[in-house]
Amino acid sequence: MASRLMALWDWFDARMPTVGQEWRKHAAEYYAPKNFNFWYYFGALSLLVLVIQIVSGIFLTMNYKPDAALAFGSVEYIMRDVAGGWIIRYIHSTGASAFFIVVYLHMFRGLLYGSYKEPRELVWIFGVLIYLSLMGEAFFGYLLPWGQMSYWGAQVIVNLFGTIPFVGPDLALWIRGDYVVSDVTLNRFFAMHVIALPLVLLGLVVAHILALHDVGSNNPDGVEIKKHKGPNGKPLDGIPFHPYYTVKDTVGAVVFLAIFCAVLFFTPEMGGYFLEANNFIPADALKTPAHIAPVWYFTPYYSILRAVPPLFNSQFPGVLAMGVAVLVFFLLPWLDRSPVKSIRYRGPYWKAALAVFAVVFLILGYLGVKPTTVWGQFGFDAFFLDTKDRATWVARVCTIIYFGFFFLMPWYTARDKVKPVPDRVTM
Amino acid sequence: MKRLIAILAFVPLLALASEEGPALDRAPIDPRDLVSLQAGARTFVNYCLSCHSAHYMRYNRLEDLGLTDAQVRDNLMFASDKTGDTMTVAMSEAQGKAWFGVAPPDLSLVGRSRGADWLYTYLRSFYRDEKSATGWNNMVFPNVAMPNVLWSLQGVRTLETAEANKGGGEGEHGGGPEQHWTQLAPGTMGAVEYDRTVRDLVNFLVYMGEPSAQSSKAIGIVVLFVLSVLFVLAYAMKAAFWKDVR
Amino acid sequence: MSEQQKVDKTRRNLVVATSLAGGAASVGAAVPFVASLWPSERTKAAGAPIRVDTSTIAEGEMKVFAWRGKPVWVLKRTPEMLDAIKRADPRLSDPKSEVDHQPDYAQNEYRSRKPDLFVVVGICTHLGCSPKEKPISDKAEMGADWLGGFYCPCHGSKFDLAGRVYKGSPAPTNLVVPPYEYLSDSTLLIGSDTKGA
Repeated sequence: MASRLMALWDWFDARMPTVGQEWRKHAAEYYAPKNFNFWYYFGALSLLVLVIQIVSGIFLTMNYKPDAALAFGSVEYIMRDVAGGWIIRYIHSTGASAFFIVVYLHMFRGLLYGSYKEPRELVWIFGVLIYLSLMGEAFFGYLLPWGQMSYWGAQVIVNLFGTIPFVGPDLALWIRGDYVVSDVTLNRFFAMHVIALPLVLLGLVVAHILALHDVGSNNPDGVEIKKHKGPNGKPLDGIPFHPYYTVKDTVGAVVFLAIFCAVLFFTPEMGGYFLEANNFIPADALKTPAHIAPVWYFTPYYSILRAVPPLFNSQFPGVLAMGVAVLVFFLLPWLDRSPVKSIRYRGPYWKAALAVFAVVFLILGYLGVKPTTVWGQFGFDAFFLDTKDRATWVARVCTIIYFGFFFLMPWYTARDKVKPVPDRVTM
Repeated sequence: MKRLIAILAFVPLLALASEEGPALDRAPIDPRDLVSLQAGARTFVNYCLSCHSAHYMRYNRLEDLGLTDAQVRDNLMFASDKTGDTMTVAMSEAQGKAWFGVAPPDLSLVGRSRGADWLYTYLRSFYRDEKSATGWNNMVFPNVAMPNVLWSLQGVRTLETAEANKGGGEGEHGGGPEQHWTQLAPGTMGAVEYDRTVRDLVNFLVYMGEPSAQSSKAIGIVVLFVLSVLFVLAYAMKAAFWKDVR
Repeated sequence: MSEQQKVDKTRRNLVVATSLAGGAASVGAAVPFVASLWPSERTKAAGAPIRVDTSTIAEGEMKVFAWRGKPVWVLKRTPEMLDAIKRADPRLSDPKSEVDHQPDYAQNEYRSRKPDLFVVVGICTHLGCSPKEKPISDKAEMGADWLGGFYCPCHGSKFDLAGRVYKGSPAPTNLVVPPYEYLSDSTLLIGSDTKGA
């Protein structure tokens, strides 16, 4: 039996050697640093979630109807009438949030270990493009259930594009295909979500991984393992991705799936954060919900948008700030002037800045889910930052800190007192 | 440093969200209580289904509640006799709008959009109000277009609002005016029995919002067990390979 | 066994064990996806058995009812028709209905539970067109020796008044008799025969 399989493989390999070559190049003989830690699970997990979303998405598309009159009902049809449909739906909704959790942790690893620094700037750029595409994919997908939150969330976000000077209103009209978000908008968002952006995502993920494999992976010490090779030409601190990391990532995948399934089977709504209560009401163009908030993974940027007051009678500055807040990630490899990659060998400025950035990101995220009245008002007169809402004041401070993290980075990373970086990795 | 981040990450969670609207009573529902669910189904069909549809709910799904096909047909179906049909009503949306000002919403998902506590409190908070179109008003949903359909069970109550001294705080939690219920005329049920009836109805509405909820938990336990077995094996496999990596 | 061989054996065993467990878990995970392709509750409800009141059908008259998207013919047969059925036997491909195109209770001369009522799916077993009813009297079109039955206009298949296919027809088999049962003397339930053969 085994020799039959070997013979079959030999037949195939003789005719399409590329498969074996690529397997060797990217797995069996791809030497990755041996000191990968917890933070290094999330790249592989992102790939796993992508596959989960595509498979569950395909099966949802078999029963979903992208028509304003039928969409909401078709989702309930899947939940109630299609055998196993509710599992498939919850896989997809849980997967959407899981995707962002995993991707945010994956990006944070990059910040911790300087994975965006030379020679990996391109890996980072492809990654940020994936992040942007993922946000688009989530935005288009969220309209599809055609609930109140779906409809009004889309209405608000498309209106944001309408604030862009000169081109705004036409742009919003062009995106919508109609004067308000309607069946026309739903149909095109469906096409974007089901095929256009998934293809873009797949292409970008391939580019991201190829770019990484061309220069080799970073590691928690920020040490370049290719500098010290053994007599066999392989990095001394490297181990072949297969079997070591395939085996380790299997454990990671199982743990991830356990958490994923715990959420899916016991609390898929996650207190209204993964599936919002208002979205169980069919979209009503004539009735705006009291409280429109985007899904949790957009809320840090939504907070920034809300924090910026109208200037020159336009909401555009807020939109601009929100846009810059996302796009600034592209500049990271050039804003960071530290000669050292990993936080382990960085000085106190960077450590403080990163810690504060992380906290500020979480605070902005929390504030974005809540109405601006959530922390009440100051008792005394408007002071500094021109607002009486405590929450808005905090959001404004956090926005300033957020941009400070990036735009002051060339200054504080250049002046930071770094520690000597070892020659070889530490386990 | 990482510990600091982890601790600080919880800071936002310490902030309490403000309550919006009146305080809601906790609905004491047990989703596994089939008797309660059956009673709730009966109340729903008898009192709600004349105006509100539940057009995502199929009659034959009620076999989840331990009922046979014949029991469903004989006790819970008035309009049609095909148990494969969904719970639709004769009233059209246009008619509903004309008669009530707003069409009575479909209730298939109200258990998920409003939640058990809201529904439980709402259905027990109607009071007589001469100024309203229906003669009824509701403490949870002021000026609601729905009349008190269950008044014959609960009886007729009024709500008196007495001005109380203002307490401290920002007005969200403390210092609201005191509210006082008075029973004008009794219904066929006492307060406790009525509460139980509403509890059963809310239990049913929550079930109807997500009929797969209970089987989901059962399947989840099996899945987590399988994954824990898989974890042990996968971890052992990983350790076996990584023994020689130093 | 050397140390390295023992290590390799352990690794191999764990890989096999984990793969088997993983494979089993994957099969389990595939279940809802595969299941989702079976007819949904809505489809099953739409395909549920239909009730037919036969008291409105006159002797010799045929009415058509839709069941699972297919036309089902209900024909009240006269004694003349029953006689014609017996005489048609030698002209048919499968006079004894040996091919399994009917429930057990319809595997008889008249292909029905009771001879006076005929229930059959009105779809030609050749390529799926719906044949036309051609009564015994229609000798002008069907020929002097026509014994009544059905004629499919698409490719010329002929069936008798018990839905049995004539020799020489493109259709290979008799018309399909669906499951059905009597709820009362004048009420049929087409699509179900829970009472059995």
